[in-house]
Amino acid sequence: MSDPSLLDVTGLSVAFGSLKALHRVSLAVRPGERFALLGHNGAGKSTLFRTVLGFVSPASGKVEVAGAAPGSDKARRTVSYLPESVAFPKALTGAELLAYFARLKGQTPKSAMPLLETVGIADAANRRVGTYSKGMRQRLGLAQALIGRPELLLLDEPTSGLDPISRGDFYAILDRLAGEGTAVVLSSHSLTEVEARTDRIAILSRGRLVAEGSLAELARAAALPVTVRVKAAAEDAGALHARIGGRRLNGRSVELDCAAGDKMAVLSRIAALGDVVADIDIDTPRLDDVYRHFSGHSAGGEA
Amino acid sequence: MKATLNRIAAVTAIEIRLSVRNRWVALSTLILVLFALALAFLGSGPAGASKVGALTLTAASLATLSVYLIPLIALLLSYETIAGEVERSTLPLVLATPVRRFEVLTGKFVGHLSVLTLAIVVGYSIAALAVVAVHGADLHGALAWARLIATGVLLGAVFVAIGILVSASTARVGTAAALLVGIWLVLIVLYDLALLAGLIVDDGGFFTKSLFPALVIANPGDAFRLYNLAALEGSAPVAGIDGLARSLPFPPSLALAALAAWLAAMIAAGLWRFQKVRP
Ligand SMILES: Nc1ncnc2c1ncn2[C@@H]1O[C@H](COP(=O)(O)OP(=O)(O)OP(=O)(O)O)[C@@H](O)[C@H]1O
Ligand SMILES: [Mg+2]
Repeated sequence: MSDPSLLDVTGLSVAFGSLKALHRVSLAVRPGERFALLGHNGAGKSTLFRTVLGFVSPASGKVEVAGAAPGSDKARRTVSYLPESVAFPKALTGAELLAYFARLKGQTPKSAMPLLETVGIADAANRRVGTYSKGMRQRLGLAQALIGRPELLLLDEPTSGLDPISRGDFYAILDRLAGEGTAVVLSSHSLTEVEARTDRIAILSRGRLVAEGSLAELARAAALPVTVRVKAAAEDAGALHARIGGRRLNGRSVELDCAAGDKMAVLSRIAALGDVVADIDIDTPRLDDVYRHFSGHSAGGEA
Repeated sequence: MKATLNRIAAVTAIEIRLSVRNRWVALSTLILVLFALALAFLGSGPAGASKVGALTLTAASLATLSVYLIPLIALLLSYETIAGEVERSTLPLVLATPVRRFEVLTGKFVGHLSVLTLAIVVGYSIAALAVVAVHGADLHGALAWARLIATGVLLGAVFVAIGILVSASTARVGTAAALLVGIWLVLIVLYDLALLAGLIVDDGGFFTKSLFPALVIANPGDAFRLYNLAALEGSAPVAGIDGLARSLPFPPSLALAALAAWLAAMIAAGLWRFQKVRP
């Protein structure tokens, strides 16, 4: 049976001297999937990309790109890469650079030019890159990565430095590519940003894969409590606290945590109190809380 | 094969384009023209007294000057080529494509050498034509210039290869620049001084007779100069180390072989170093 994954990482460990940059990481990405790699600074995201490209050799474990070894001809024809913080030579124009990478990828320069349109910098095609804004350079980088319709896109923090509109444009392009079967792996620092735009999310922390799945799965696995804040009708939080427990916030409010599954039960208990309650606020865990939970930087609590 | 050539051509083309944009082409041509003209018309150049043509005399003094200029320009053209791409993070981008490392290196080498060749050919031709216009031409002199230009390109190739090796040996442009200055000083300036000191101390003994000639052609700059001066066959005055040009214990073509050996060794070393660069 042939493996349907475009990218297969199994038990991958990478070390720089005594530093374990990656430790037993396993993941698989299938065609058409949008996969986000999250993690704090130094978590190992870029190292994972560089290993997939064959620039860094694993200490143990295995990486396969379309069934081939990283860095092999087949793997190189399959992947396209956009490194973080790439600085193109300032003296060349966008069109010249794109033509250059097209030729390196065995494509005609002419076939690559429409990509400048795709990423929205066709107007600046014949201007020197030195005159580009950061976002325009990032778009040029993306155009470069799209040359020759790669099956697997590796994008290292592709949206850093993009304004919200550009980010939207950017993800729209990725959506279309994924719809055509391209597998997209991108790294980011913000779960909020990738939530609606990716199918699967993996979180790296200190070189270990600490969570992997859809956003809903992650939230469930994190099992973060829902916080309910109840305001007493009269200025009498004491009476309220006596009946429902939790923490007293100030003279008027009480706050209690409950598991996501118990939310309805708790709410109906509070509702049954009738006039005693003036108002209810519900705080469901936000994405950043989920991310913090897995990244091991929890805002407080268990310590 | 065709794909390989295409990719090499792509790298060569982009390097040439960059050199044009960054004014390296204009600058190196200008430097060579100016120095060659200055030497032809200002220096101890053709006095008109000797039987030797003015063209031959300027070729001889230009051979000496070229030893300083051509290596310096070659190193300046190439020292940044890989270290710069590492620093700017464009190397990972390039090496993620199907291009092979030897193709990148070959493309860069051909690109830089083309720029240098253009500068040498244009620069020295302009100077030669100026000398001809003023002092007239002779076949002997024209041959001397042709030899000078051809071997100048070979000398340049050696130092472009050295520059690329330097660039592949460090991930920092600053370090590469420091290495470049050091290499130029040692190979072009200090080496000759050391040889001269050896000659003086030895005073015609074993070193002078056996070791010295070999040591001279072992240095690419000296080999270049020696070949050019020896080929003039006693028609131009020589001094210092170049006195050897009169009393070579081997054919001058051996000096060319030494240059070719340097070139092969430096390219091989550059390829080997580049394979180890982690983008
Ligand atoms: N070439 C290298 N030599 C030594 N250590 C390295 C090297 N590359 C990365 N590291 C280390 O490996 C760890 C992971 O780095 P990596 O660049 O993969 O992090 P990252 O998740 O991409 O971080 P960021 O979000 O800041 O880009 C870091 O501790 C880093 O210092
Ligand atoms: Mg990174």
